[in-house]
Parts: sequence; structure tokens; C-alpha cells
Amino acid sequence: MDMKVAKKKLGLKEKYRALTRDLGWDTTYQPKDAVFPYVGYEGIKIHDWDKWEDPFRLTMDAYWKYQAEKERKFYAIIDAHAQNNGHLNLTDARYLSALKIFLQAISPAEYASHKGFARTGREFPGVGTQVACQMQAIDEIRHAQTQIHAMSNYNRYYNGFHAFADTRDRIWYTSVARSFFDDAMSAGPFEFMIAIGFSFEYVLTNLLFVPFMSGAAYNGDMATVTFGFSAQSDEARHMTLGLECIKFMLEQDPDNLPIVQNWIDKWFWRGFRVLGLVSTMMDYMLPKRVMSWREAWDIYGVENGGALFKDLARYGIKPPKGWDDAEKAIDHMSHQFMLGLYQWSFGTAFHSWIPSEEDMNWLSAKYPDTFDKYYRPRWKHIKKLADAGTPFKNYGLAKLCQTCQLPTVFTEPDDPTLTCHRQSVYKGQKYHFCSDGCQHVFDNEPEKYVQAWLPMPQLFQEPINGDLGAWMEWVSLRDGKDNGDYAGSEDQRNFEAWRGLATTNQ
Amino acid sequence: MQIDLRTVAIQPQRQAFDHLVRRFGDKPASRYQEGSYDIQAAENLHYKPTWAPENELYDASLTRIVMQDWYALKDPRQFYYSTYTLTRARQQETAEANFAFVESRGLADMLPDELRDVALKVLVPLRHAAWGANQHNTFICGYGYGTTFTQPCMYHAMDNLGIAQYLSRLGLLLGDTDALEAGKQAWLDDAAWQPLRRYVEDCLVLRDPFELFVAQNVALDGLLYPLVYERIVDEHLSVRGASAVAMLTQFMSDWFDETRKWVDAVLKVAAAESEHNRDVLQGWTRSWSARAASAMVPVVELALGAEADEAVGQQLAALTARIQKTGIPL
Amino acid sequence: MSTVFIALQANEETRPIIEAIEIDNPQAVVNRQPAMVKIDAQGQLVIRKSTIEEQLGRDFDLQELHINLISLTGNVVEDDETLTLSWNS
Repeated sequence: MDMKVAKKKLGLKEKYRALTRDLGWDTTYQPKDAVFPYVGYEGIKIHDWDKWEDPFRLTMDAYWKYQAEKERKFYAIIDAHAQNNGHLNLTDARYLSALKIFLQAISPAEYASHKGFARTGREFPGVGTQVACQMQAIDEIRHAQTQIHAMSNYNRYYNGFHAFADTRDRIWYTSVARSFFDDAMSAGPFEFMIAIGFSFEYVLTNLLFVPFMSGAAYNGDMATVTFGFSAQSDEARHMTLGLECIKFMLEQDPDNLPIVQNWIDKWFWRGFRVLGLVSTMMDYMLPKRVMSWREAWDIYGVENGGALFKDLARYGIKPPKGWDDAEKAIDHMSHQFMLGLYQWSFGTAFHSWIPSEEDMNWLSAKYPDTFDKYYRPRWKHIKKLADAGTPFKNYGLAKLCQTCQLPTVFTEPDDPTLTCHRQSVYKGQKYHFCSDGCQHVFDNEPEKYVQAWLPMPQLFQEPINGDLGAWMEWVSLRDGKDNGDYAGSEDQRNFEAWRGLATTNQ
Repeated sequence: MQIDLRTVAIQPQRQAFDHLVRRFGDKPASRYQEGSYDIQAAENLHYKPTWAPENELYDASLTRIVMQDWYALKDPRQFYYSTYTLTRARQQETAEANFAFVESRGLADMLPDELRDVALKVLVPLRHAAWGANQHNTFICGYGYGTTFTQPCMYHAMDNLGIAQYLSRLGLLLGDTDALEAGKQAWLDDAAWQPLRRYVEDCLVLRDPFELFVAQNVALDGLLYPLVYERIVDEHLSVRGASAVAMLTQFMSDWFDETRKWVDAVLKVAAAESEHNRDVLQGWTRSWSARAASAMVPVVELALGAEADEAVGQQLAALTARIQKTGIPL
Repeated sequence: MSTVFIALQANEETRPIIEAIEIDNPQAVVNRQPAMVKIDAQGQLVIRKSTIEEQLGRDFDLQELHINLISLTGNVVEDDETLTLSWNS
């Protein structure tokens, strides 16, 4: 009998090469540009796809094994949460506004990201890149689903969740997130990677998930903590993919640098605007607050973002163009957003409210340079109107930014008393913007942004024709239940009554 | 204060999300329904794709198949991420145990050389075909319309990758890294593999997601899996003493049994939708299964020699009967 | 020098992993937050399989980290024995 020949022991990297990277081949029956038709038109030059460094070398067997373990934990917790009326553990039901925004705007974005990564998972010519994108594609549908499943039980008891599939496509504020993801998906595969993989995942996602989920933990929402941290464990892979991708593009050809820099500038600003809403969740919507938006920005924006761009400086990358304007906005944005949400709360499928005296004291401690000076007086005025029985409502339509689709509620970077407005003219038409950043994005690609669907003009077209009631029906918003001030809302009444049942013998 | 929340009996305000109540009535929805129906953006899309300005971002007209409601293409397994992942994790455990058993008992070394050669020759190049299948299902997920149709394609794509990786491990176990190199060489150059490689490459330029579904998941898999894993591995190799190979490919046999039910259900609903769909599907299933059959002949010959023609003929007849049962006249 | 970090869910499974990280990275700072432990380190953080195994008393595959991982920063270098996070600046 033959001597048994000892097999070569393969290390992690060699094994991954044998099991995964080596599966592809150069086609000969069909030309490469027909197989990968979208990889060239953005102008990114890639000479050797083999130089791609895999961020994590997971094979499918390991993927199934570890992901199944996460899934078992997740569903065990949300089952228990549903069975034991876990929603009554919340500090206060006003917290749910943050979740309502999340389900209406972020969960659909997870799904869009799923589709986008399925596309790049096919369109990139390198096996390593494709597999990493495919894993992200399947992870992203996981996130959409775990979020819907976690919030399904809240939907049974509270308003504002029930129509997320309708509000996604029709209500005004979800258009902010959807236009961001539509923008990324309508771009080429490389820009998509910079938009989602790098700017959103790497630079900004920590700001969304980590403080948000800590906030959920502080406020007794175990269902959200669970989906959040469970999703975040995939994000570690996704962020690393985003970073590897940008390094790969920069290492492959020096001509890629200006293209990549331009995308970083664009997508940082787009992402900063989208995630701006998180500032309001952190500073206003959590009954028990973890840290202020400013503190989160200092850790995850300044410290981590700073380290990242210092690292990328070796390729000639500079921090994003809007970085300084972002820094100047940090101490203002949550207040400006919340004031906006409050005055348009008749048109939102979530509640807003006037901060209490105690809340305002917290805000002035966290924002010593801005809150008392600019925002407390406005809240006080609004409070006076509400106490007099004439609550402040702005039935005038918000002017939306053509790029980010937020109402133009922000102030000039260097003058917090002056609302910032910019406009550009393209083919004889005037377009409005909330900031220099958004105007630059438009001016670089006007032919794209003139296509944007703007939810406000829709109000005056078929089938709405300016009728607010018809609009509410069209966006599946139930007046007096889903919208308006939290004080006096059905959610508030129910939560307090149910909590009463649990804590008394009535 | 400790609150015993379980004792609180409170009345839910509603049973399910609005869009699910509209579809399924006012009752609690399943997690499959919640995670699958109407979760793709449907209207007021913002921008045209820069890569194909004539299309929409989500565009049902990329395929010739026409559906009133794409969500009618339901997955009978009702897989959403969690049920999918838990199912594969269990199968993965079995596969792991099988690989460990074959390895620890030295079963690979006990294989008769001739049978080991056949196994390596047939199975190892197939990892590249499985990679092709991964590309196609990723494409269908990316460009297909409606989550009930596209979601299982993403799972299928990851399965295809898993299968390619199991075949690679089989190659390493029975023959070391040289076996993988030889397999790739054969895939690229040997005459026996060229019709199949051409088939896969021709599919790489198909951009109709539903036609790709037919070419890969109906026609090619419908012949390849029974021919390779039943006819060659089970009936040819196992009976001659190479049952170790069957242990290493159990995942693929089980997987095909499970997934074909989904594939058939998709065909059935699409065909029942209209005369137009039936005509289109008839044309596609006919031409792609004929091509797949001729591509498989030289591959099957590597194991069965002169019997290959007959084996492929039988399997093509079985596939035809299977397709007819879905309501597509062939 | 820039700071790298890794954040893990706070539970029984991660306790020995965090201990191992502390052993291998004396310069690291461990921040315990609700449901989360965030470990910051200047310049570089090394996670070593063998140290985790000593704390855990069983074999450990570094990829098991994925189950309880929340986030990380820095360039990732992974082999069979170590996972290293670092910035080049």
C-alpha cells in the first residue's frame, strides 16, 4: 500500500484562496466587457483584481453557523419581548417616535442596500470583491427583516408603525433616506461602494447604531437593542469591506484619486444630512439620554473619522469638503430639526413634543454655547402658544432642498441667526438647496438631481390637488392618531393606562 | 419596583401592518409575510440608473415575463433570512460531520484509485459551474422584481457558493491542491468541459432575470444535479465502493431535493398567469434544456462512458415531465 | 497616534474575550456601557486566539468573534492566530 502523503496544511488566507478566490476564471466565449458591462463607465481604473484584500475570510459554512447563532438569540429575545408585554418596560412611549422614524426610513434603506449589493456582487469582475458584496447583500435583507420583526409587536399596540410600506414611497420625510439610497443605486458600482460601503457604513454608521442602540438599552427597549447590536455585528464586516474597497481603488491607479475624492466629498455630505435626524433622536427623543449628539460626534465623527482620514492621507485623500461645515452644525442641528418636526407634526406619522423644563436644562448643559442663546427662547415661545390653547403649527409648505430633500431649516455655518438658502439655475429652472454641500452635489450632476421626486409639489398634483385630508389618506396617515403632539396622543393615553394596569390593582 | 408585565391583559390596537392586512386580511401576519411582501420601493423612485438610463431602478420590464403582481411568486418553503440560515446551519453541521468522518477514518485513502479519479475528474471542475450559478442567482436577485421572487435567489446564490466551496474541499480531501489546479485546467481547456463552460458564459451575458432563472435553475440544475449526484455519485460510484464520495456530496443531494420545489412553484405561478407567459416559458425551457442536455453529455461520459447518452436522454425526459407538470406544454 | 477600537456585546461569552484583550494589550482602555463594552487603544489592538483559549479553557476560532462583535475601526489584518486593528498614522 502507498505511503500516506501528508497533505499541505493551508492557512486561513491560502484556504480562502483555494475555496473562494480561485472559483472565477477569465471568460473566453464571451468578452469581458459584455460579462461586466457597468464596471468601466465611471472611469475607475483597475489593473489587477487579484490584488484585492479580503476583509474577512468567511466561507459559507462558517457564515451559516455564526449567523444562525445570532438569529437564534435574536428571535428568542423578541419572542419573549412580545409574550411578556415587553413594550411596557419602556421608560416612556414618546421614545417610540425614534423607532417609527427608523422603521419608515431606515429599514427600507436596508432593503435598498440589499438590492444594491446584489448588483455590485454581480458587476465587479473580482471574485473576492463579489463575494464580500454578496454577503453584504444577504446581510442587508436580514437587517430589513429583523427590524420589521422587532417592530411588529410595537405596531400591534402603538400608532405610526402600521403604514411603513406606504409612507416609505409617499410621505415627505422618508424621501430624505430613500433619495440617498436611490442616488447610490443609480450610480455605478464603484460610486455605490463609496456611497454605502465607505461613507455610510464606515464613516457614519457608528453614529447611527451605537448611540442609538445604547439609547434603546437605556430606555428599556430590549427588542431594538437586540436587532441593533445583532445587525451591528454584520456592520463590522461591512465597514471593513468599505475601507478595503477604497484602499484598493486608490492603490490600483493614481488617476482614481480625484474621482474617489469627489465621491467622498459628495457622500459624506449626503450621509451627514441623512443621519442628521439621529441628532434629534439622541438629544430629544430618548426619555433617558445616553450622550448628546455632540458627544457622539466627538467620539465617532471627530476621533474615528479623523483617524481614518489621517490614515488615508498616504494616498493623497483629504478629509471631506463639508467636514468643517459639519463641525459647525453639530451644536445646532438637533434643535433645528426638532423645531421643524414640531411645527410640521400634523404631517408626520410620529409624534413630537415641546421639551420639558428638565429636558431643556439638560440641553443647555450639553450645548452651553448654543441652546440657551438660540433655542430655549424659541421653545419657550412655542410653549406659551401651546399653553394658551393656540399651538404653533406651520401649515405652510416646507421648502425642500433639491438634493437632500430636507426642509431648508438649517442656518449659515457662521451665522446661527440666518437661515441658509442656496439656489442654482439649470436649463432655465431654479432649484433650492439647504447648504453649500447640497448645492455642490447638484451642480456636479444637475441632470441627475433635476429628476428627484419632490414630495411637496406632489401635494398640488393628482390625486391630491392641495387637499390636506386627501394627502393624509394618500400617505396612509391617520389624523389625530399617528401625528401631532405626543401630549394628549392616543399612544400616551394607552401607555399610561396599560402601565397603570401593571403597577396597580385596578 | 418590580412590574410583572405578563399579568397585564391589554387589547392590541391592530393585528398587522396595513399592507399585509390588504393582502391577507385582518389577522396576524407570519414572519415570512412581514419580511417579504411589499418591502421593495414601488413608486416615486428618484433617479434613473446612470448605468441604464432607459430603465427604472426597480424595473419589471427587464424580463419578458409579465406579472400582474410579482409577489404572487411565493416561496413554498417560506424562507426569510432566519429560517433560511437556520436550515443551512443544520445542514452545514451534517456536512461537517461527514467530512470529519471521511477524514478521520481515512476513507479517502481507501477509495479505489480509479473511482477517486472519476470523482475528482467530474466533481472538481463543477465548482466553477457552481460559481457560474452563483453569478446568475446574484444577478436575478439584483435585477429581478418583487421580494418574494428575488429573495430566494440571493439565498440560492449563497448556496451555490457554498456548494462550490464543498466541492473545493472535496477536491482538497481526495487530491490536495493539485486536484483543484487540474480541475480548473480541465474546466478551461478540456474538450469535455467546453460545452458546459460555454453554456455558463453565455448565461453571464443574459440580462433577462427570468430567462436566467430558467437557464440556470430550471434547465441546467434540473439535469446536472440528478445526473451528477444521483446517476454518477449514488448509482455509479457508491455501488462500486466509493460511498465516501456520497457522504461528501450529501449537502448537494438534499439541497436539490429541497430547492426544486421552489423552482417548480415559481414556474407554475408564472405559467398560470397568462398565455403570453406560457409561450415565453415554453420557448425558454425548450431551448435551454436542450442545450443543457448536450452540454452535460461529455461531462457524464467522464464517468459513464458510452452510457452517457442514454443517461442524459433519460434525465431530459424526466425534466421535460417535471416542467410539463408546472403547466408549461413541451 | 490615532485610536482604534473594538466594541463587543456585554455578555457571558465575551467576558473571557475581553479579559484576553486586556492581557494582550496593556495600553488598552476598557469602557463598559449598557449592553456594550468598547475597548480603545492607541495605534494598534491585537486579539490573540491563544490568549482567548487560555481564558476560555477550550478551542476558539477567531471567526467566533463575529457573533458578539458590535463595531471596530482601523485596518483589519486577520490570520489563523491573530486579528489586528491598526492605523498607519
